[in-house]
Amino acid sequence: MGFPHPSHPKETVVLSQYFGDAEARGFDGWVARGGYEGLRKALSLTPEAIIDEVKASGLRGRGGAGFPTGLKWSFMPKGDGKPHYLVCNADESEPGTFKDREIMRWTPHALLEGCAIAAYAIGAERCYIYIRGEFTEPLKIMAGAVEEANAKGALGGNAFGSGKRIEMLIHRGAGAYICGEETAMMNSIEGKRGNPRIKPPFPAVAGLFGMPTTINNVETLAAVPHILVRGADWYKGLCRGNPKSTGTKLISICGHVQRPGNYEVTMGTPLKEILYDMAGGPPAGREFKAVIPGGSSVPIMTIAEAEDALFDYEGIVAKGSMLGSAGMIVMDDSTDMVYQIWRLAKFYAHESCAQCTQCREGTAWTTKILERILSGKGRQEDFELLLDLSENMTGKTICVLSDSCAAPVVSGIQKFRDEFEAYIQGSRQPALAAG
Amino acid sequence: MTSELVTVTIDGAPVRVPKGTTIIEAAKQVGVLIPHYCYHPSLPSPAVCRMCLVEVEKAPKLAPACVTTVAEGQVVHVNSAAAKKAREGVLELLLINHPLDCPICDQAGECELQNYVFQEGRAGTRYSEYAKRYNPVEDFGPDVLYVPNRCILCTRCVRFMDDVAGAPVLNVSERGDRAYIGIAQEQKLDHPWSGNVVDLCPVGSLLSKDFLHKARAWDLDKAASVCSGCTQGCNVTIDTRDDVVVRIRPRPNLEVNRHFICDHGRLSYRWMNRGDRVEAPLVRDGARHLASDWDSARARAEQVLRGASGRAVVLASGRASTESLGLVRQMVARFEVTAAVQVPLGDEAPLPGVPDLALRRERAPNLVGAELLGYTRAWDAAVRQAASAAVVVLLDPDLGPAEEAVLSGARGVLLVLATVATGSWPTAEVILPVTSVAEETGTYVNRDRRVQLFHQAKAQPGMARPAWWVAAGLLAGEAGRAPATASEAFRRLSDWWPVFGGMTHADLGYSGRVLGAEAPAEVAG
Repeated sequence: MGFPHPSHPKETVVLSQYFGDAEARGFDGWVARGGYEGLRKALSLTPEAIIDEVKASGLRGRGGAGFPTGLKWSFMPKGDGKPHYLVCNADESEPGTFKDREIMRWTPHALLEGCAIAAYAIGAERCYIYIRGEFTEPLKIMAGAVEEANAKGALGGNAFGSGKRIEMLIHRGAGAYICGEETAMMNSIEGKRGNPRIKPPFPAVAGLFGMPTTINNVETLAAVPHILVRGADWYKGLCRGNPKSTGTKLISICGHVQRPGNYEVTMGTPLKEILYDMAGGPPAGREFKAVIPGGSSVPIMTIAEAEDALFDYEGIVAKGSMLGSAGMIVMDDSTDMVYQIWRLAKFYAHESCAQCTQCREGTAWTTKILERILSGKGRQEDFELLLDLSENMTGKTICVLSDSCAAPVVSGIQKFRDEFEAYIQGSRQPALAAG
Repeated sequence: MTSELVTVTIDGAPVRVPKGTTIIEAAKQVGVLIPHYCYHPSLPSPAVCRMCLVEVEKAPKLAPACVTTVAEGQVVHVNSAAAKKAREGVLELLLINHPLDCPICDQAGECELQNYVFQEGRAGTRYSEYAKRYNPVEDFGPDVLYVPNRCILCTRCVRFMDDVAGAPVLNVSERGDRAYIGIAQEQKLDHPWSGNVVDLCPVGSLLSKDFLHKARAWDLDKAASVCSGCTQGCNVTIDTRDDVVVRIRPRPNLEVNRHFICDHGRLSYRWMNRGDRVEAPLVRDGARHLASDWDSARARAEQVLRGASGRAVVLASGRASTESLGLVRQMVARFEVTAAVQVPLGDEAPLPGVPDLALRRERAPNLVGAELLGYTRAWDAAVRQAASAAVVVLLDPDLGPAEEAVLSGARGVLLVLATVATGSWPTAEVILPVTSVAEETGTYVNRDRRVQLFHQAKAQPGMARPAWWVAAGLLAGEAGRAPATASEAFRRLSDWWPVFGGMTHADLGYSGRVLGAEAPAEVAG
């Protein structure tokens, strides 16, 4: 549902069905709504059968990368005798993204159930749920849900009497965006500075505490019980576009729309429907100008590109951007694109972990150049400088924070060059005081 | 060696290296040094500086050579356009906040930032109108200053303290371009091995207070030497400026000290610069000594030795070379000999991250060499014996008042070989000026019986000569065969002590050889 708005007829409501329904938060209320059926079923299956079912469903990672979930689980070694870990990435920090927050706020047991199924499937007895530090309310709700699920015997030393141990541990983040990157998250859980690690080794080989680990996003895990209960074929059938993108996707829409909020759509829904029908179009008297479709880290789309796109992994890539986390930032014709790009760059400069040279220095320099342009002191050479700097920052570092800073700059210059020119040529008044 | 070899091509040169070798190490085998900052062969690799990015054919992105391992058939381009552009980009970014204060920086001339920028950096900066990041200098510990403005955050220092010293007091503080190297609250960088962070720092960010503003790197002369601080035998380089020792730094030897030395060894060099040296042979004339020449002094020594019989006692410094210990011992071979080596003791201070590496309790670099040559550690007993011996030879020991009192009452002939003019020896027949480890070439044998060669680092003062040379002239009946160089002196040791097995200085190279071990294949072949 388009929480906090009523559900739109063009939505496909699966994960968001009980958003706003306070009774669904409790264990009994959740069971009354069919909850924990997926886990009960899973515990009667072999881990291989669960992985096969998830593979067949076509479920892909909802955190941003879109990696096939079943395949990821199948990378976990079998019979290696080591402890395995599941980490649930609930550090939702991507600007523009607030879907996981609502899953945790309203349907905490859906997440716990998904975590438990995944843990069982990968041979883990322990799952860490890493919750963004600023999410005080979801944290409280999740902690309560874990306690309740343990008390009811759904989790703990003997989950639903299956003899399986499934422990949930909530780890609270401390305010670093980069800890949402899976390897930085593992360092953070280990008590170390949240710096991303070099891959290889990949987490399935040597992850948390050096042990085989799988990291999945909240939304990914929350979808798993539905797949087990209703079947892979049902899930696979939820597809209006490319058959490689299946199921539903929660979209967080913010910015210049009539009804910002969370919407759940079938993969492949035309982006136009989402923008105009569900979110209600632009504010009165305005027109859309640009859309950042997948959280702040992906290239900016012009509204023309967006209106043409199908909303799934392939559809957005075809229009020059990425699905990412589906945190959609919508900008109308009143938006100063240079200013917005500067604001994004400033965010990345602040959040860079400082490991890699290109990111540490490049994000800060990019910010300074944009600041200079905004203060009316830009030069023609700045285009070349920004693009060259962005090239140096793309594909050269341990993680993609640096690339994420470069993406809006490059796409911004490509698509909204006239707005940069206006500042440089003095036809637009400086937006910032000269530094 | 049974490890599997793979063939890779690096900048057109094929090379076979063991599977698991990193590209950066494989490249060294074909003479290609891939520029790098965070990588260090004795530290874990974090791949953070991104300087060593190289192009690997068929790989989607440039690969960090420090952590990417070789694969069969791999083709690597270190100097392709893409790789060079990436490095140029890193260098430009490293410089935007760097103060470029090379004229007042101790690292200038041996700075990896300076070197690589000159090699392949941009001619000018595009970061012109902004203030550079500023943080004040921090006092990290007894011998280490941190200059954050010059720091490139390679984190070698942090990793050394975390993973090698096992004393995690350094960290990266803050984020983004505000980051700097921090030190834990209420902590000091005072681990006995912490001085290594100064050598590890590729730029002039971590500085030794001891060396601060002492000399420019290009004014230094360097000699490969062996630390005289303890029995570990760490390989070092002695840096001199105008014949004054100004710095001691570790010299890599993977078998002994990898790339490290302890602070005790690093800072114990001032004695090498002492001014109160014996500079001419002194010959007794009644109650006084007169400066003489070597012929007269050796003639006097030969004369008094010929006239004596019975017991000879040799009291030797633990810093004496194998050559000197051997030839001095041989000089009195016709007597009943008691030879003792002086072994000052201290606290053991291990470096946890490197097996079998520590500042040792025994602070005598050639203790094992001396023992192989028949010297005993029973020092006090030897001093007591000296009181009644026919001949007493002092080979530059460091004597206290009690020992001096015993020896001044000694009845026998007293021959003194000394570096410094301490003590007074009214009864000494001759006081002969000898060189220190910094002024001669010779060998030490470390605690693992590794014979290691050290080279002369500074000129000998006045007429001082190596003690082996002095003794060689007095070898009874062997004047014609007396060795004339340290190498010849070492070669002769095998004649008398078969344990040396015909070993020569030429066998030792820059990393030494363990007694009784097989010669390395490549040398033998």
